[in-house]
Amino acid sequence: MTEDLADLYQELILDHSKSPRNFRAIPQCQRVAQGDNPICGDNYTVYVVLDGGVIRDMAFQGSGCAISKASASLMTEALKGKSIASAEALFGRVREMITQGHGDGSLEKLSALAGVHQFPARVKCAILPWHAAMAAMHGKEECVTTESEE
Amino acid sequence: MVENWNEIRHDFPALHQLVHGHPLVYLDNAATTQKPNIVLETLLHYYRHDNANVHRGIHELSNRATTAYEAARVRAVRFIHARESSEIIFTRGTTEGINLVAASWGMSHVKKGDEILLTEMEHHSNLVPWQLLAERTGAKLVFLPVTGGDEGLLDVDRLDSLLFRRVKLFAMVHISNSLGTVNPVSWLCERARKAGVVTLVDAAQSAGHLPLDVQQIGCDFLVFSGHKLCGPTGIGVLYGRQELLNEMPPYQGGGDMILSVDYAASRYKSAPHRFEAGTPDISGAIGLHAAFDYLDEVGRDRIWEHDQLLAACAHHGLKDKKGIRVFGPHAGRAGVVSFMVEGVHSHDVVTVADQKGVALRGGHHCTQPLFHKLGVESTARASFYFYNTEEDVDRLIEVIDEVQRFFS
Ligand SMILES: Cc1ncc(COP(=O)(O)O)c(C=O)c1O
Repeated sequence: MTEDLADLYQELILDHSKSPRNFRAIPQCQRVAQGDNPICGDNYTVYVVLDGGVIRDMAFQGSGCAISKASASLMTEALKGKSIASAEALFGRVREMITQGHGDGSLEKLSALAGVHQFPARVKCAILPWHAAMAAMHGKEECVTTESEE
Repeated sequence: MVENWNEIRHDFPALHQLVHGHPLVYLDNAATTQKPNIVLETLLHYYRHDNANVHRGIHELSNRATTAYEAARVRAVRFIHARESSEIIFTRGTTEGINLVAASWGMSHVKKGDEILLTEMEHHSNLVPWQLLAERTGAKLVFLPVTGGDEGLLDVDRLDSLLFRRVKLFAMVHISNSLGTVNPVSWLCERARKAGVVTLVDAAQSAGHLPLDVQQIGCDFLVFSGHKLCGPTGIGVLYGRQELLNEMPPYQGGGDMILSVDYAASRYKSAPHRFEAGTPDISGAIGLHAAFDYLDEVGRDRIWEHDQLLAACAHHGLKDKKGIRVFGPHAGRAGVVSFMVEGVHSHDVVTVADQKGVALRGGHHCTQPLFHKLGVESTARASFYFYNTEEDVDRLIEVIDEVQRFFS
């Protein structure tokens, strides 16, 4: 395999795409949002349970490519226990890493997503679940998509 | 003949490059094809020597541009065996051709309660314009079903029961861009004609791949794009039967389509100029002319044979592998092979293939409703043209092996 490919599909990414963590529905969850990539058909539902501004539980369901699924799985692990504000701040840093490639050490496991920046066509895949999570946290019911709607 | 096909590759400069360190294997021809030197040179020559607006000036360059633009129209007549050049309208492509018919013919002929018949395997561009028309008129869309599971064949036995109702128009794809199915358009159009139904054939995937004869097909409208048959982007053809075109209202208004203009109202030219408002894609039409000449020199009958040979090779190579699900007809398919690698999303397949220099497409290929019906979200697709070789098919199979190893 080429170096770029090995960067993109790191062990951790392959592992999380094959056995995603927190891959379940949370019934009666108040904070739910959908993320859609109409171009490739990636489609996720993200569930967030808030408790006084803190994410007590987070889970997701749906289907898509290895990158989007691993990103969703890693995200649920990283965001559980975080306040809304620090979840947003973390999303900002993750987005920067995915689009520009340089992660700082503090991103821990999430830095496995750094290789995505060499694949411009795949950036949207990695970011999609995060957009859905942000929409869910803010109680936005509509479906977020990678493409803008009318 | 094989050495001939290899020689033809020299006509296409874009084929000779390394992609991520590997020789390019371009298998995304259903999306768009590469361009031969003769088309590139024709475009350059036009802009260098003859560039002017058409139908407006009486100066030398304008005369040359007009002559070349209209010569392309005459050439298009021959390319699809139309009767005369007034039946050829230059458009931006397949999509615009369908929108033109839906807006002009549709708005003047389709009423509330009428039906528009489509097939379940249409590209979004032969579905959404009809949805818009249905919304505007109160007409209803009905669909000729796809059957045969993953083979994806039209359920032609259902045709008559659908046609003899309130159907006004039947729009159908000739070759499916996501399955490679070749539909029996002559037969479908004949049945429609008997029912008094107007027909439109989406020839986006067929016009550059097999000899096309609109009179033999017996359709009322036929559309295709230049960029899928070695021509430039931004130019396409709408063929319409003259009797229909001449009673259709204009599509867009503007310069070039009028006879006389008053502040209150205007009189319009007849077809085809009635439907070509504003400055057209002059260089596009001239480049398309060069592409028509080039393709017919190669021979579309030979291209069709070669397409089918490569598709059969790829189909056999893939279907015998464990963990691969291949879509489309087992026999008689066009040069399109859609498949899924078990446990691997199509975009991951495409990314890995791309790193090996093999250009595939992944996704729903603009046939989302069909994929819902087949119960799949997306497939990887290899689509061939005459400059592809059996070695290209071998590279495809190798790279799919690698995908399976990588994600196992
Ligand atoms: C069957 C079919 N119809 C219509 C289209 C639309 O063509 P264009 O985008 O050139 O208008 C395509 C190509 O994408 C196609 O494959």
